[in-house]
Amino acid sequence: MLVNRKLILAHFWLAFAVFGIALTLGAWQMFIRSPIGTWLSNPELYYRSLTAHGTVMGYVFPTLVAMGFGYAISESALEQRLVGVRWAWAGFWLIVVGAIMAMVPVGLGRASVLYTFYPPLIGNVFYYLGVVLVVVGSWIWVALMSVNLRVWRKAHPGAPVPLAMFANVAGSYLWAWTAVGAALELLLQIIPVAAGLKATIDAGLARVFFSWTLHAIVYFWLMPTYIAYYTIVPRAIGGRIYSDSMARISFILFLVVAMPIGMHHTFADPQVGAGFKFIHSAFTALVALPTLLTVFTICASVEIAARLRGGRGMFGWIRALPWDNPMMLALAFSFVMLGFGGAGGLINMSYQLDASIHNTQWITGHFHLIFGGAIVIMYFAIAYDLWPHLTGRELIDLRLIRTQLWLWFIGMIVTTFPWHWVGILGMPRRMAYFDFGDPAIAPQALSVTLSAIGGFILLASGIMFIVILARGMRAPLVDAGPYRFALAVHQPTMVPVALNTHALWVALMIALTLTNYGYPILNLALSEGTSVPAVYVGAQ
Amino acid sequence: MSVEGAHSNGSASAEVAARVERRWATIAVIIVVMMALLAAFAGIHRATMPQPRVETTDPSRLHLSGEFVESNLGSVLETNGNVTVRAIGQQYSFTPACIVVPVDTPITLRATSADVVHGILIQGTNVNTMLVPGYISEQLMRFTKSGDYLMPCQEFCSFGHEGMWGKVKVIDKADFANRAKGGGRLSCVGQ
Repeated sequence: MLVNRKLILAHFWLAFAVFGIALTLGAWQMFIRSPIGTWLSNPELYYRSLTAHGTVMGYVFPTLVAMGFGYAISESALEQRLVGVRWAWAGFWLIVVGAIMAMVPVGLGRASVLYTFYPPLIGNVFYYLGVVLVVVGSWIWVALMSVNLRVWRKAHPGAPVPLAMFANVAGSYLWAWTAVGAALELLLQIIPVAAGLKATIDAGLARVFFSWTLHAIVYFWLMPTYIAYYTIVPRAIGGRIYSDSMARISFILFLVVAMPIGMHHTFADPQVGAGFKFIHSAFTALVALPTLLTVFTICASVEIAARLRGGRGMFGWIRALPWDNPMMLALAFSFVMLGFGGAGGLINMSYQLDASIHNTQWITGHFHLIFGGAIVIMYFAIAYDLWPHLTGRELIDLRLIRTQLWLWFIGMIVTTFPWHWVGILGMPRRMAYFDFGDPAIAPQALSVTLSAIGGFILLASGIMFIVILARGMRAPLVDAGPYRFALAVHQPTMVPVALNTHALWVALMIALTLTNYGYPILNLALSEGTSVPAVYVGAQ
Repeated sequence: MSVEGAHSNGSASAEVAARVERRWATIAVIIVVMMALLAAFAGIHRATMPQPRVETTDPSRLHLSGEFVESNLGSVLETNGNVTVRAIGQQYSFTPACIVVPVDTPITLRATSADVVHGILIQGTNVNTMLVPGYISEQLMRFTKSGDYLMPCQEFCSFGHEGMWGKVKVIDKADFANRAKGGGRLSCVGQ
C-alpha cells in the first residue's frame, strides 16, 4: 500500500539528480589528475569539486535514498498510511535548503575543506550550517519511522514487526546516533570558529568526534542494501528468506557494534593512545560477524530459489538461477564487490597492517568499492524494483537495465582495483595532480589511467540509470499490484521480545559508545593547551 | 530458533536449518576471535602497534623554544648509536625537506605540524603517521636498503597539498657517522 508516492518519488529523484552531478564531478576528478589530463593551472578547483563530490555522495545522496526507501517500507510493510506526511515534506525541504546552502560556498571556493571538514582548516560558515540542516532533515525521518512503528504496534499488539520495517527502524536509530559525533564537532567546535566567535580549535578532539560518525555512517549507507538483500531479493527471484530470526540478529548486531569502532580511522593519529586503538580494532573485527551471517543467509535463500526452479547438485543449482533478472544480477555483483571490499576492510582495521595503506589511494579504492559498488548497485536495484509501484508504469527495457548494471560493475572494478594497487605503492590521497615525470611516480601512471577509464564507464552507467528511470515515468500504465516483501521459509508468528523491539539494543549501542568513546573524548576535552589557531580557507 | 509457529510439519526442516545456521555462526565467531587474538599477539610479542603514547605541544610556540625549534630539526646520532629525526610539516612543505638517515639503524621519527593537519608517508615502507597540530607523532623505523625515498604529505592540508612532497635519503652507516662527527643536526643539505 503505497499512498504517498509523490513523497517517495521526490526523495528518489532528488537523490539520483544530486548523484548524477556528483558522479560527473568524480569522473572529471579521475580524468584531471590522471596522465591523460593536463595539470590544472588552479588546483583549488580540484578540491572544490572533491568537497562537493564527497558532501553529496556521503551526506545527501544515501540519506535521501534511505529516507525514500524508509517511507516506502513503512507504508507497504506495515500496510498503513504514513503518519506525519507534513513532517516528512518538511524534512525533505530542509534537505533541499541545506544542500543548496552548503553547495553555494563550495562552488564559490569558500569551503574547500572536503566533506571530512579537517579543522583547523575552516571554511565558510554556511557550508557547515547547510550540512547541519541536511542532518536535521534526516532526523525528522528517524522520528517518523519510530512514530509509525509505534502506531502500528498499538494496532497489532504482540505481533511480529515485519522484517523490512524492523531493519529500517534499526537503520534509522543507527543514523540518529552516529550523526551525533559530527554534530558535536560542528556545533561545539567548528561553527563557533567559522562564525568568528572563537579563533582556536582542538584538531585532535575534532578528529575523534568525526571518527564517531565516520565509520557507522557506512553502515547507515549499507542498511537499504541489506534490507534489499533480505526482503526484496528472495521475493524478486522466487525464493524465500532462509531465516527470519538470523536476519533480525544481523540487523541488531549492526545497530550495536557499528558504533563503538570508529577509532580504527585514527590508528595513525597522535592524539589517541594504544589501548583504545586496540579496543576499537577488536570491535571492528566483530562487525564482520553480521556480514558473515548475512552472506550465509542470503546465499541459502538464493539456493532455495534455484532449487525451486529445478537446480540440482552441490553447485549445479547456481546455473538454475534467473540470471536475466536484474535483481539477481545486482545481488551477484554486489556480493562480489562486498567480498573484495570486505577483505580490504579487514586490512584497514588491522592494528598492524593499517600503517602500510593508511591515507593512500588504497583507502579511496576501498570505500568506492564498498559504497559506490556493493551498496549503490543495490540502490539501483531498489529503484528498479520500486519504480513501477511508484509511477504505476512498467519498466520495459530489461536489457538496458542489465547493461547498466554490468557497466556499473565493470566500471567499479576497473576503477578501484588499480586504485588499490597504487595505494600499496604509497600514492597519497586527495592530490590535484601528480608529477608522472618523476621516475619514482612514473610506474603508477598506467594504473591511474585505468582508474580514469573506469570512472568514465561509471559515468556512462550512471547516465543510463537516470535515463531508464526517466523513461519509466512515461511508459505505458500498468497495475503493479501491492508492493510486497519476501517471506521466510518459516514465517514468524511469534518473535521473542528482544528480536521484535529496539529499546534494549539502542541502550546497548549508547552504552558501548560511552565506554569506547567517553574516556578519550573527556581526556582530550579537558586537556589544556591543545587548541590551535584556525586556518581560514578561501579568505584570500 | 523459536520463531516458527507450525511445529507440526515444518519442525524437522526448521531443526536442520537452525543447526546449519548455528554451525556457520560458530565458524564466524571463531574467525572474528582469531583475528583479534592475532592482532593482540603481534602487538605484544613483536611490539608492532600504532603510536601508543599521547604527547602534546603548542604549535604557536614551536619556532620559539623547545624540541621543534629550527636549529633542532633534522637527524642526530644518539650516544647509543640510534638516530633521532625531528621534523615539522607546514603548508606546504616539510622541514627538513630532505631527511638523511643511515641504513640498518634504529631510528625514531618525532614530528608535528605547525599549522593544519598533515601526514607523513614514506613510500616503499610502512612508515605512515598523521601530523596533528598540538600533538607530537612518533614512529620507530629502520631502513634495510639505502637510496632515495619519496615522502609525500598524505592528508589534505588545503590548496597546495599536491605540491607537498619531501624526501628521505638513506645513506651508508659509516658515511652518516662521519657527517655526524661535527655535531649539529643533519639533513641532505651540504651533501
